Amino acid sequence: MGPSIDVSIALVSVAPFLAALLAPWVKRFTGPLAGWVLAIVPASIFLFLAGFIGPVAENEVVRGGLSWIPAYGIAFSFFIDGLSLLFGLLISGIGVFIVIYSGGYLAGHPHQGRFFAYILMFMGSMLGLVLADNLFTLFLFWELTSITSFLLIGFDHSRQAARRAAYQSLVVTGGGGLVLLAGFILLAVMTGENSLTGLLTTAGLVQQHSFYLPVMLLIVAGAFAKSAQVPLHFWLPNAMEAPTPVSAYLHSATMVKAGVYLLARMSPILGGTGHWFWVLTLFGGVTLLLGGALAVRQTDIKQMLAYTTMGSLGLLVLLIGFGTKEAILGAVLYLCAHSLFKGALFMVAGNLDHGTGTRDITVLGGLREKMSVTFIAAVLAAISMAGLPIALGFFAKEEMYLAMVGGAWPDLLFLAVLVVGNALMMAVGVLIATKPFLGPLRPTPQAPHEVSPALFAGPVVLAVLGLVAGLFTGWLNVHLLDPTGGAIHNGAVDANIHLGLDPANPALWASVVTWALGALLVWRADAVRSALRRAGNAIGWTFDNGFDAFISGLIRSADAITRTLHHGRLEIYMLVLFIALALALYLPMIITGTLPAMPELAPLTFYEWGAILIAVLGLITVLLSVTRLAAIVALGVQGFAVAVIFMLFGAPDLAFTQFMVETLSVIILALVMTKLHLDARDHRMLEERVRDGAVALAVASGFAVMLVAVLGVDLDLSLTELFRATSTPIAHGRNIVNVILVDYRAIDTLGEISVVMAAGLAILAVIRVRFHEGRVPPARPAKSGPGRRRAKA
Amino acid sequence: MEVALAGLIGVFFAVAVYLLLSRSIIRMLLGVVVLGNAVNLMIFTVGRLTVEIPPIVPAGDYLPLEGSANPLPQALILTAIVIGFALFAFLLVLGYRAYQELDADNTDTMRLAEPPEAPRPPLSY
Repeated sequence: MGPSIDVSIALVSVAPFLAALLAPWVKRFTGPLAGWVLAIVPASIFLFLAGFIGPVAENEVVRGGLSWIPAYGIAFSFFIDGLSLLFGLLISGIGVFIVIYSGGYLAGHPHQGRFFAYILMFMGSMLGLVLADNLFTLFLFWELTSITSFLLIGFDHSRQAARRAAYQSLVVTGGGGLVLLAGFILLAVMTGENSLTGLLTTAGLVQQHSFYLPVMLLIVAGAFAKSAQVPLHFWLPNAMEAPTPVSAYLHSATMVKAGVYLLARMSPILGGTGHWFWVLTLFGGVTLLLGGALAVRQTDIKQMLAYTTMGSLGLLVLLIGFGTKEAILGAVLYLCAHSLFKGALFMVAGNLDHGTGTRDITVLGGLREKMSVTFIAAVLAAISMAGLPIALGFFAKEEMYLAMVGGAWPDLLFLAVLVVGNALMMAVGVLIATKPFLGPLRPTPQAPHEVSPALFAGPVVLAVLGLVAGLFTGWLNVHLLDPTGGAIHNGAVDANIHLGLDPANPALWASVVTWALGALLVWRADAVRSALRRAGNAIGWTFDNGFDAFISGLIRSADAITRTLHHGRLEIYMLVLFIALALALYLPMIITGTLPAMPELAPLTFYEWGAILIAVLGLITVLLSVTRLAAIVALGVQGFAVAVIFMLFGAPDLAFTQFMVETLSVIILALVMTKLHLDARDHRMLEERVRDGAVALAVASGFAVMLVAVLGVDLDLSLTELFRATSTPIAHGRNIVNVILVDYRAIDTLGEISVVMAAGLAILAVIRVRFHEGRVPPARPAKSGPGRRRAKA
Repeated sequence: MEVALAGLIGVFFAVAVYLLLSRSIIRMLLGVVVLGNAVNLMIFTVGRLTVEIPPIVPAGDYLPLEGSANPLPQALILTAIVIGFALFAFLLVLGYRAYQELDADNTDTMRLAEPPEAPRPPLSY
């Protein structure tokens, strides 16, 4: 394919983002038609991707993309094979109806334009995720789906429940994303490959690597968080706080399947080991059973659907973990069937809510005539969900049962799990399709009425598709199952599904058992529900409560740590700082064994002794003086002693500056301190004095010892020699110190002057600004000369 | 002489740290001044000491006298003294104004930024 294809594949994931930018304006100009207009975007993406069905069926892999961070070999690259194509088609195809549905569902909502923008951004993220070739491109889109999901769940942000659900899903899926990133980085380091197409060629090698287990666990954990596997499932039912189009799109048909997509994608790279098998099948199986059981327990239709979605995700994970040819084909079929019927049923739930004002299944009844189109869509979707013949769901169930029957004990155990799980989910589907519509009409908060075409277009089309797809098994075998199953299984799968009710086929009997069990559950729905509720109440604890406890524990411990470390007592901060300083001085010398030996003291002249003695006397007086003035004078004495030392050792410039600065300091200090009524004495307790004195001695001796150690090493004088040799010939100055300051280090000196100027300005500001009893000072004081104000101050 | 100065620098550091650990702003200010001198002396000593010959090129010559002092640390210290003075002046004014506004010289009573009873973080969503 030519280069135009390359760019257009990248555009598939970028176009929805561009559309999201325009969405609010489109909403403004087209009003109620906005949904239909914006649906053009996913529709054209769907048609574009549909063009690849033929080439991909002939085992062609289409690649494209742009360079992104070449230094790390990271490219913004995409590829299309059977697996990504199937997901791309589902996302864009269902997206068409979701956008149309949103136009009707949120009609008149003040933030509908924003909603369109979010949902299109999500669509772009999801398309990017499934089409990405590079691991890090995939990760980027993975996190984008978490963020857009956060925005969509929290769309109704004035309600606390919505805020909590959004927060919870971000913590779980975003945290999972970070775990996933760790796995990706390890995988890339381990194989030297960071593109999926490259990794697929290393299939079989990764499993041999010693890092296989951590990599596998990290990536699987990331996928589990996204696909709501036990014990990270609790965010999914809470995410139903989002408007119904979001639940239908993100939390059943697409986003939650991202984890399933990743596991399917990684199946050839990481799969085929005992660890992979048991981790996926066990977690998937538990999720399936728990999701099914919790779904039957609910009365809110959206909650029922949410838990069956969780169960379905568990089912898919189990099948991918099982990994045989039939299991993979079953997973692919179930994936398609589930996206179609679950998307439709969610929209049915939204329609019921819209048409009657409630979603409580125990309240609704007899709506078959008032909402006939919705009723038909619900029944058609439920047929696929129950897995009745000719629906796509039937083939999915037959294929997955076929994978398990006839095996040894674990296979039969999994078969039992699948049968029970499917029966539970079937019961929920049948209940939703029948209970609100059959029987006598029951009173509802609103007078029941059929919804607008925008609202029933989606469920009808998706439900019908899920049903009639079963009539085209030959086409499905070649164009859907072979390429997709082949991509997951990494080898030809030779799909051969066909409609045949052969009594000799044990899979069919497993289906019959499922139907019977499902029918029984529907018949005794109320009794099962109350029994499950009692069991739930008996346990009392839920993962949801656990999340709350975890988050509040996190905040409390952060607060406790902050209060411990940020206690607000300056002298303790200083103490910690100086102890650390003493350790930093001593520890390296002790560890490397470079503590210097006690040096010999060369004889000093009397005036050298004199200068040192004066300095020490000054310092001690500063410490001990009782009156302020004495302390100030003593400070001046030690400063002058330093100046004398500079003078003695050939630094007249330094000595001169030091004299000036010390004189000024003493004068200023004396002027200011006499204005303050301070007690110059130290108020420290004796034990505090001992403690501070010990720390001070430790730091001071550390510096002294380090200095002795440094003096024992030869000094590199090359810079000094350069300055000495070039000062006069090149810079034309005789005072080398001055030449260094104004010539070699002129920019530094400029910086120094700037610092002094900044300090002067800051001093001026601090003196002029006055705060009175919490009153904010005026930005510009009243007109008066600077001289006058200084006089006042 | 370097060794004797190393001992003197130790005394400077000890006094500076002890003053800085005080709760009194004004004593901490004295500590900052002493600390500045300690560091300057240390840089000076690390550059090695030479007695009485400043790094100046005599008139008519192109090189300084043999055994003249190391000019590099002197240039660094000159910068440091000036900046240290600017810092001292700023801190002094800051302490003075803090005393005027808060009527306190004790850092434990100056708790505007980190009040002893800070509000607890919110636990709801």
